[in-house]
Amino acid sequence: MSKFTISRRGLLKSTAIAGVGIAAPTILTSRAWGYTNEPTGGTVTFGFNVPQTGAYADEGADELRAYQLAVEHINGEGDGGMLNTFSSKALRGNGVNGKKVVFVTGDTQTKSDAARASAKRMIEKDGAVMITGGSSSGVAIAVQGLCQDAGVIFMAGLTHSNDTTGKDKRANGFRHFFNTEMSGAALGPVLEKEFGKDRVAYHLTADYTWGWSQEGSIKKYSEDLGWQTQAAVRTPLGAGDFSQYITPVLNSGADVLVLNHYGRDMVNSLTQAVQFGLRDKVVNGKDFAIVVPLYSRLMAQGAGENVKGIYGSTNWHWSLQDEGSKAFVSSFGKKYGFPPSQAAHTTYCQALLYADAAQRAGTFRPSGVGAAMEGFKFDGLGNGPTEYRAEDHQCFKDVLVVKGKENPTSKFDVLEVVEITPRAQVEYPASLLGGELGPYNDGA
Amino acid sequence: MDDILLQILNGLDKGGAYALIALGLTIIFGTLGVVNFAHGALFMLGAFCAVAVKSLLGFEKVALDPTKLTAWGTPVEIRTPYIEAWFGDFGAQMLNFSVPISIIIAIPVMLLIGIIMERGLIRHFYKRPHADQILVTFGLAIVLQEIVKSQFGANPIPQPAPEIAKGMVDFGAMIGLQAGGVVYPAWRLIYFLFSLFVIAAVFSFLQFTTFGMVVRAGMADRETVGLLGIDIDRRFTIVFGIAAVVAGLAGVMYTPILSPDYNMGMDFLVLSFVVVVVGGMGSLPGAVVAGFLLGIVQSFASMNEVKSIIPGIDQIIIYLIAVVVLLVRPRGLMGRKGVMEQ
Repeated sequence: MSKFTISRRGLLKSTAIAGVGIAAPTILTSRAWGYTNEPTGGTVTFGFNVPQTGAYADEGADELRAYQLAVEHINGEGDGGMLNTFSSKALRGNGVNGKKVVFVTGDTQTKSDAARASAKRMIEKDGAVMITGGSSSGVAIAVQGLCQDAGVIFMAGLTHSNDTTGKDKRANGFRHFFNTEMSGAALGPVLEKEFGKDRVAYHLTADYTWGWSQEGSIKKYSEDLGWQTQAAVRTPLGAGDFSQYITPVLNSGADVLVLNHYGRDMVNSLTQAVQFGLRDKVVNGKDFAIVVPLYSRLMAQGAGENVKGIYGSTNWHWSLQDEGSKAFVSSFGKKYGFPPSQAAHTTYCQALLYADAAQRAGTFRPSGVGAAMEGFKFDGLGNGPTEYRAEDHQCFKDVLVVKGKENPTSKFDVLEVVEITPRAQVEYPASLLGGELGPYNDGA
Repeated sequence: MDDILLQILNGLDKGGAYALIALGLTIIFGTLGVVNFAHGALFMLGAFCAVAVKSLLGFEKVALDPTKLTAWGTPVEIRTPYIEAWFGDFGAQMLNFSVPISIIIAIPVMLLIGIIMERGLIRHFYKRPHADQILVTFGLAIVLQEIVKSQFGANPIPQPAPEIAKGMVDFGAMIGLQAGGVVYPAWRLIYFLFSLFVIAAVFSFLQFTTFGMVVRAGMADRETVGLLGIDIDRRFTIVFGIAAVVAGLAGVMYTPILSPDYNMGMDFLVLSFVVVVVGGMGSLPGAVVAGFLLGIVQSFASMNEVKSIIPGIDQIIIYLIAVVVLLVRPRGLMGRKGVMEQ
């Protein structure tokens, strides 16, 4: 009778071999090789999640126009737009990785739950490999979380809150648009130059994530200048008539009103502040000033002549004269008959940047595309030399300080660029805004 | 003192809008027994009458200047309103006064819209439960909103007041206080006076005309008025039209205060229902008093001194009052005994 003996080394070897054997089917069929909505045919599907109804529907429509243009250019149709000026030449006008780009759309309604539902539908039913778009930070943060869990890349649209690439950042999410920290850094020196160091500011702030973020940044940079903050009053989102919040400003002793409002709220609060004579008022021996930290040309049109002389910041403006901006405005204007908004610009860039990264990576796998985008330096997309910072997936580029134009030549010509703040002045350490990217999720 | 006076003025102009919308709601509820959730949409349609009139008056002649090109390479368009090209300064003044002119246009337009709404849809729901009426009128409001959005877009459209009414009025100096302390926008004071005028006109119409007398009789006892051989249904249709006109006028005059957009009616609808509940369902004086009262209370609740004691009170005060009124006096401040008390 033979005696069965087993050595320690033999046991370890057998266990390792057995382990690999058991795991092999899983390794071969799942995460290591497949990923969510891996395109198998001749096309790849992008999901454009924009507000098609609700208060930001016009901005959403402009985003959609830009996406359609981007898809045309990626597929080699039209005049090529900013592909001709983009420093990366990976895209050759024949789609991405040999696949023609097609798209599906969703309606965010500028509501987090509706935006998540439409993104989910595009991922699960339509096979979208990437989701992009939106006109609100609340929506962007909600959809970014969903995309992280689903294992697809999210290329944020118009979202300005620090939190999107700060405390709520995710590995699968990338933002081209600037944020409130950059707005504050860009506006600070201009406010000092225009209004001096001895000012008393009164803030009216939209009571949600973006408003708080914007108020914090402007307070930080204005108080660094030596300004005092008289009051920071939170106003409900969509208040309509802000007069009850503006009347206390009249005799408060403040000589600057900062309107941390966006969209319809900005149009209404600015219109009513001007109506109450604040733009022409003299307080403490100084001309009263109104500041709108985040301008949208599309929305500013709604405030009409009330924007004249009012300072703010913006991500991009169609009057820029660099080659990239000129190419985009020409391409967009020829197709639609009017200039693009900043929302259109950032979404067009995001579509191109994703396609370029996927082409360079040779895959649509989120971790592969993300790696290609992290630390990517580029130029020719309208904002000067830009970098997608690896640490927080935030783009760093020049920021525009603008002012409502005194003598507009058309209804689109409402803002003038006062200063192009260089990127170095608006950069900050990634640790400043907190949060953790975490690992990529490739899904499947 | 100046701050308090400013907030009272603020409450009065805001309250003027609440009172006008609530007045229309109450007329419809009192006569037809219908809870009209499309009333905010009528306010919005009135505002868009002003937008449409301004667009029509400002209809532009477009000439191309081939010597100048846009950033996308097409010739620059030179736009001149026909009215200015034809009538010069008089035409420019017509454009300047587009909001007051819109009032004249809005009256027949809103009357017609009201009559069509009542004849075409609302009358089929008179005998249906209130829940059905709410659903159908709310649905109608959404349809009207979407129609307006498809035509005018989602962004607010600026409607400036006439130049003469754009400035500020030193109200403090007018009442003997120190000059410069209580300075208030002229258009908002005009709005308050306008709302008083419309309210007075509606009350006079109901009080001093035969038509009004019949309507009041119908509100008290519809069946008996019918037995007297009076076609009360036809009169109530016109009453619905009048309520639409009141809401529409409130909307037209509000456009320089709030740039119109398709959703503006919804902002006012909920508040106006609260006004009706607080004033007393079916009570016309109640709607007016509660409108101004809640406007003033809302303004005071937004003062920093008040908010520092109870943070967020500005956002809930109106609803808090409604809850208290419903608990303590369900028929509202001036409601008839028995209404809402079953």
